Amino acid sequence: MTDYDQARWQTGDGRYEPLLSEKDTTRVEIGGAGDGGDESGDDDSPLPDELTRDSLELPALSEPELARHYTRLSQMNYGVESGPYPLGSCTMKYNPSFTEDVAADPNGAVHPDRDDATVEGSLELQYRLQDYLGRIGGMDAVTLQPPAGAAGELTGILIAKAYHEAHGNDRSEVIIPASAHGTNFASAAMAGYDVVELPSGDDGRVDLDALDAAVGEDTAALMLTNPNTVGLFERDIETIAEMVHDAGGLLYYDGANLNALLGRARPGDMGFDIMHYNVHKTFATPHGGGGPGAGPVGVVAELADYLPRPHVRESDAGYELYDPESSIGKLHGFHGNWLVLVKAYAYIARLGDAGLRDASAKAVLNANYLGSQLDYDIPYGPFHHEFAASTGEQDAADVAKRMLDYGVHPPTTKWPEMVPEAMLTEPTEVESRETLDDLARAFNAAAGEDDATLADAPHATTARRIDQVSAARTPRLSWRALDDE
Amino acid sequence: MSGTPFAPHTPAETRAMLDEVGAESEADLFDIPDGVGFDGVFDIAPRTEREIRHEVAEMLSRNDDLVEFMGRGHYDHYVPSPVDHLADRSEFLTSYTQYQPEITQGFLQVLFEYQSMLVELTGLGVANCSMYDSATALAEAARLADRVRSASGSTVLVPDSLRDGKRAVLDNYVTGSDLTVAEYPTSEGTADVDALADLADAETVLVYAENPTVRGCIEERLTDIGALADENEALFCLGTDLLALSLLQEPASVGADVVVGSAGALGMPTSYGMGLGIFATREDYLRQVPGRLVGASEDGRGNRAYTLTLQTREQHIRKERATSNICTNQAWVALRTAMHVAHLGPDGMVDLAEDCVRYARDLAHRIDEVGGLQAPVDDRHHFREFVVSTDQPAPAVAGDLAEEGYAVHVVGEHEIQLCVTETNVGAVDGLVAALAEVGP
Repeated sequence: MTDYDQARWQTGDGRYEPLLSEKDTTRVEIGGAGDGGDESGDDDSPLPDELTRDSLELPALSEPELARHYTRLSQMNYGVESGPYPLGSCTMKYNPSFTEDVAADPNGAVHPDRDDATVEGSLELQYRLQDYLGRIGGMDAVTLQPPAGAAGELTGILIAKAYHEAHGNDRSEVIIPASAHGTNFASAAMAGYDVVELPSGDDGRVDLDALDAAVGEDTAALMLTNPNTVGLFERDIETIAEMVHDAGGLLYYDGANLNALLGRARPGDMGFDIMHYNVHKTFATPHGGGGPGAGPVGVVAELADYLPRPHVRESDAGYELYDPESSIGKLHGFHGNWLVLVKAYAYIARLGDAGLRDASAKAVLNANYLGSQLDYDIPYGPFHHEFAASTGEQDAADVAKRMLDYGVHPPTTKWPEMVPEAMLTEPTEVESRETLDDLARAFNAAAGEDDATLADAPHATTARRIDQVSAARTPRLSWRALDDE
Repeated sequence: MSGTPFAPHTPAETRAMLDEVGAESEADLFDIPDGVGFDGVFDIAPRTEREIRHEVAEMLSRNDDLVEFMGRGHYDHYVPSPVDHLADRSEFLTSYTQYQPEITQGFLQVLFEYQSMLVELTGLGVANCSMYDSATALAEAARLADRVRSASGSTVLVPDSLRDGKRAVLDNYVTGSDLTVAEYPTSEGTADVDALADLADAETVLVYAENPTVRGCIEERLTDIGALADENEALFCLGTDLLALSLLQEPASVGADVVVGSAGALGMPTSYGMGLGIFATREDYLRQVPGRLVGASEDGRGNRAYTLTLQTREQHIRKERATSNICTNQAWVALRTAMHVAHLGPDGMVDLAEDCVRYARDLAHRIDEVGGLQAPVDDRHHFREFVVSTDQPAPAVAGDLAEEGYAVHVVGEHEIQLCVTETNVGAVDGLVAALAEVGP
């Protein structure tokens, strides 16, 4: 295992790298309009005093000071290029750097209100990406507008709602397995649906009896992740699709785990009517500390008229934006997270058919290999790209903290709830056997430690264990709040 | 042939790993029933890095090379070089949401500093650490108003000049609530406060106004609008952007309860509309705030440290009862914005903001001197942008300007809108000459 010690910049008086505001701040007085407003005061301000603020106080640092500040902060942060990041359901792959250069093309930096005819290249790139995603998912039409996976879910559910309303269906419920991402529940609720939670069966998959009891004339949609959140393929997907469709509902595919299926199975072929793609997961665009991502949505032909506006299509004259006939409207002020979409296009083009298929193969191989090396109980299988190991008697959160000392990012902990003390682990295809062996040693070493060591971990990171309770009990959310103390 | 260039496995390693897990082949690892397996092709040819860079560059070069005088909620400001270089450090770019704070202090501190800058700029006590864009932030503000004002009313009042993009997103975000959206009139580019007074009543939960407005006008009666909202026990939501905040009236001082808008005005290139949303509000509504919050705490050494906090509001804890479905959003864009603000500093922010008033005033004055053109159409102070009226049909003027190399907005039959900042001010002479040619 790596002998790890994360960078720690420290002032020696109870702070790590100081805040910008603690380095230097300046208050600028504003006002005294000269050229056009009041005659009072200095003659610098172009506006009358009553339209301006009195003053502005912000950090004022030289460029070299700023460069050091942000460099030090970056050194106190862990990324995929620092080491493995096997966060189950989050799919943290290596992000090839050439996609950054592709996205930085200055010709793509256009204003979103530009006339169609003057941005032919931007429209073509969108059209091609729509087309690629449609082929990969087995979907007939794809919108790129939703700026994140959760935004894609809301988009998809609003499409389902519009479809039902157009067909005079009065349906009030969305069915979601208990193990699904919390965003599924929140998105369905935002669209005004009652959520019916579906318990998992003993084998970790959808319980068909429970589904039979839940599905009916109130069902607007079933939201499903496949493979599900413990990496299991829902083998009964054809039956599930039939049950939902027979009841008049639509089947929604949460694309969080699509990396496990590239070139092996397609949501459209399984009977899904709507899906979202997490292009930042499946197609390796950087997560940037929590975004931006993008959540394109694909639909079958029958639902294409409901897609958000505008949509890109090919015409005799080239490519153009148009508003689908029964569009649900918009989910982003403009066209979505363009830079992320360009990176996704470049990544898909880099891999092509064979690469996409191989990505899934190696992701599944890596997960199975890592699972085979762990001294943990893995309650469900056979799994694909991720698995939920259980730490049993030990607190999964503590084990995770101890893993940090070994220089690896721990998996997602304590979720999904169907596995006690879960460590939801997804190594992805980019890790070598050597790295997986390191990861396994970190897992196994942490699991073998005594309670006192675990409770005190981590030791090798910038900060020691952080008091989450006091952070929530006494919220201090800005440097002003710290000044007040 | 295999496969992805980003998987490190040699054939021998693959074989050894398969043996270890007891599988004959990779295909055996897939537990997919025959009926739903896929054995077709996508018909996507793999390309090399070099080929893709050429391909995309060639494609995007088909965008017409126009000098843009465009704004209306999305702005182009010069992004200093250090922002690109520092933000692209891989520890920032390739990290995830900070679920393990001990190993992600760097990004957490950046987000804490971003929140703090918004608190300074708005005067409100709480800011979250990023939203998708200004449209979704406004929509979340309406939902917040619905939660904190649930006892009475359901009307959200927005100006009749609200951008379609914002209105359409707002309509979608209120679909599942009992909120309804109604418009109040605007006059000469700003709110018609008397008409608003007639419309606001006990049913009103949120009054939304912008400063500057979509026509680039500085709103002169923010205090009156805030008072109107207050009298009707509605929230006052102000839409703005970071640069405008550094100069124009402080939202807290005019009674704003929520501030939304575009934070991506600083830190980002034009990016075809990719943005970053501001969301700030009063501390009273802390537990109803959507999205992520970073708070200060202490670590085991007794040192100040940062962590995501108050997560019981969020979708991964409260599921369908969460304040919003938002989780991953725009953290890296927030990082860039914070860097840009820090690079400008308070003097740089105020100077640039004042320039945005002067540039617009000077350009409008020059255009107004051309016969057949009138600018600004609205008799207001302006920030960055303003409307021009022309005797010619506006679409034809815009088309002719495009021929001359300039992109502008068409906002009425005989109205175009122009936005000027430090990035295009050097092209003003050419624009005025072209307008004199095609506008009158």
